[in-house]
Amino acid sequence: MALDRKIAYVNLTTGDIEIKPIPLSIRKRFLGGRGLDAYLLYNHAPKGVDPMSPDNPLIISAGLLVATCASASARTHVMAKSPLTGLLGSTNMGGFFAPELAWAGFHHLVVTGKAKKPSYLFVHDGTIEILDASDLWGKTTTETQWAIREALGDDEIKSLVIGPAGENLVRFANVMTGIKNSGGRTGMGCVMGAKNLKAVAARGTMDIKIAHPMEALEFNKRFIDQITSAKVNQTQGTLGTPFIWGATNCWGGLRTRNFQYNQLEYADDIEPEHLDEIATETIGPHHMTGCFGCQVHCRAQYRIPSGPYAGRYDEGPEYTSLGAFGAEPGCTSAETVLTGNHLVNQFGMDNLETGSMISWAMELFEEGILSEKDTDGLDLRFGNDAALLEMVERICYRKGWLGDVLADGGIPAAEKIGKGAFDYLIQVKGMNNLHSDERATPALALNIATASRGSDHLRSRPAIDLYHLPEEVLRKIYGTPIPYKGPLSSEHTAYEGKAWMVFWQENCYMAVDCLGICKYHTTFLGATLPNFEDWPKAIYYNTGLEFSPEELWTIAERCNMIERMYNLREGLTRNDLKKGDTLNHRYFDEPCKKGAPDVIGMSIDREKFEKMLNEFYEYKGLDKNGRPKAATLKRLGLEKEPSRLL
Amino acid sequence: METSGKVLMIDYEKCTGCRLCELVCAVKHDGVSNPMRSRIRIMKWESEGVYIPMSCQQCEDAPCMKGCPVNAISLNTALGRVEIDYDTCIGCRTCVAVCPFGAMSFNTLDRKVFKCDLCDGDPQCVRFCEVNAVSYVDAGDISLKKKKTAAHRLSVAGKEAATLQAAQ
Repeated sequence: MALDRKIAYVNLTTGDIEIKPIPLSIRKRFLGGRGLDAYLLYNHAPKGVDPMSPDNPLIISAGLLVATCASASARTHVMAKSPLTGLLGSTNMGGFFAPELAWAGFHHLVVTGKAKKPSYLFVHDGTIEILDASDLWGKTTTETQWAIREALGDDEIKSLVIGPAGENLVRFANVMTGIKNSGGRTGMGCVMGAKNLKAVAARGTMDIKIAHPMEALEFNKRFIDQITSAKVNQTQGTLGTPFIWGATNCWGGLRTRNFQYNQLEYADDIEPEHLDEIATETIGPHHMTGCFGCQVHCRAQYRIPSGPYAGRYDEGPEYTSLGAFGAEPGCTSAETVLTGNHLVNQFGMDNLETGSMISWAMELFEEGILSEKDTDGLDLRFGNDAALLEMVERICYRKGWLGDVLADGGIPAAEKIGKGAFDYLIQVKGMNNLHSDERATPALALNIATASRGSDHLRSRPAIDLYHLPEEVLRKIYGTPIPYKGPLSSEHTAYEGKAWMVFWQENCYMAVDCLGICKYHTTFLGATLPNFEDWPKAIYYNTGLEFSPEELWTIAERCNMIERMYNLREGLTRNDLKKGDTLNHRYFDEPCKKGAPDVIGMSIDREKFEKMLNEFYEYKGLDKNGRPKAATLKRLGLEKEPSRLL
Repeated sequence: METSGKVLMIDYEKCTGCRLCELVCAVKHDGVSNPMRSRIRIMKWESEGVYIPMSCQQCEDAPCMKGCPVNAISLNTALGRVEIDYDTCIGCRTCVAVCPFGAMSFNTLDRKVFKCDLCDGDPQCVRFCEVNAVSYVDAGDISLKKKKTAAHRLSVAGKEAATLQAAQ
């Protein structure tokens, strides 16, 4: 049974390992995955703990429905206090690690302490060993995974690893599994590096009993048919996430040259269709791959077609890499995007944060805030592909003054550089934004301002707001499972009703993150995909647990609230530019220079934004300062946290 | 007795490596998620992006059948499959040793050998594989399909050669 998967507490300092069952009462309140991780973080992270200290708990989990008949139930979640933001550290990834962890008998690992020497965990069939990783230190992410298989003599082992960036304590180092599945955001790889933990290897042959197997099988078939019949997923399955690129660039929704423009010109080389041609030429006609159990298969395979890394195999690039190594630094070469993507995957470094940091430095260089002395002679102008790739390596290995400074993340780097550098940094809560430009889309602006892990598109983005769906369709989606009678607008430039959409999406994404299901299988990019009405069935057939859609919604609200409580405890305040629910002044002060008529000239209206934020707080049950009201905590059963039940 | 000419056809180039077939196989047969119980397994070379599904070929002259010392394995012509009679099987694993494809497995939890039974004519791996890397087709059709694919390659190559010649 999924419900009999265990939690393990591993202390790397002492070597102590304690294994416990997860009580059903906790499951019913926090389900699993991200939600239960948040409960564990709130309960196990000491207030104000230094993210690099042994006391910062690293929590690794598989969602409740991982490896069951709930399409694409493949997600791993990782949490700790973030060394990048000083707030909630949280990252979610696909691949094959989470199912292996579940087959090995575990859903949650809480790792504290610091190993005396490089180490890794081997989790297999109900047991956990701490093994020596001295020979793995310094290896890239894939080298590490293959070396672990070699050392343990088992090709089926799946590992979650860090690369050199995590070892070098780059504050936005990621955790990786497979070729390119990355838990990219908030520097969880840095936390592993600080613990001398190179990897967690998993191998399992333990049954996960399905509560109602034949019903689960039939449900899964219908679930998959619903998911794969959506045009958006058929397109993803052909072109991968880059398919979003062409339309958003044409429209004017891309953060270009840091934040100077909102459209990248002369970018034919990195259009999704051209990337698809490269994949076809270097791999073959069937070059799409996917995560465990997923029929969307949104990930392309490729070999770098030219340049110093020609012939190297990798996967992607995702939409994010097109921003990180394309729009943001103002580069337009497929070779650069594919190479940049390969380098960060091998180094174990968040593509999004890396590209953003370098693009920010490029604007500082062009503005004269950084000099050639600061860059050790590197001509760090926008559009300099070689300089971009050189900086990726300098950050990973903390080479040169600037490489070392940028590796510490945006806010510490801005403090070291001074001269107003912070004003140019497109961040929220200390984390850089995706290469999307939200000035023409108030709903998306509210999303990045309030996302629990800092500027982010995967926590509450109502992406379908861009589709101009008829109001009755919006009413159907956003009025379930909780009735909503307020305004809803099909117009993406409107402010009315957007706060509810962001609140709704926040609960929707939390629900799938608890279950371990991919966001492409819910209302993210498609309007016809599974939802609160469907997940209770998936839970029931697979685990036997019964929830109503409304109950599931309340669980999601509860999990979001405990993330909020964690952030508040660590210093979140409403209007703090570095730790608050607000945006860089450029969103309000600099209108979009390019794009379609409904984009050009747009910026966020500060007054309307504040009103929208007030509404959002009201829906969440927060006061004007963004703190939960006593009645809200009571309603969600959080008034006694930390309750230390697990 | 009617004879089924249908067989599993595997087109490994189409496989995305998602392993859904392994999941549904184990759920269908044993009511659990556990790839160790799956009759079909995806062999992977991740560093090159190569994924190859492996399952029983239902051989006409099956080594497992020949090697079985107690005649527990037989060819069921009605269903077009090689099957195990568990009442006769002594669990000696000779069949596991002699199968050239590794398609006969041994389940260490139940202490039994097991293999693909084509789900009695409705193979779930086929039903769930949206990219058709695994399909269930008449044996006679397989070579025809392969002939056509190979012929297409020849035709494309011929056209390319003609274009090159014309350009000279």
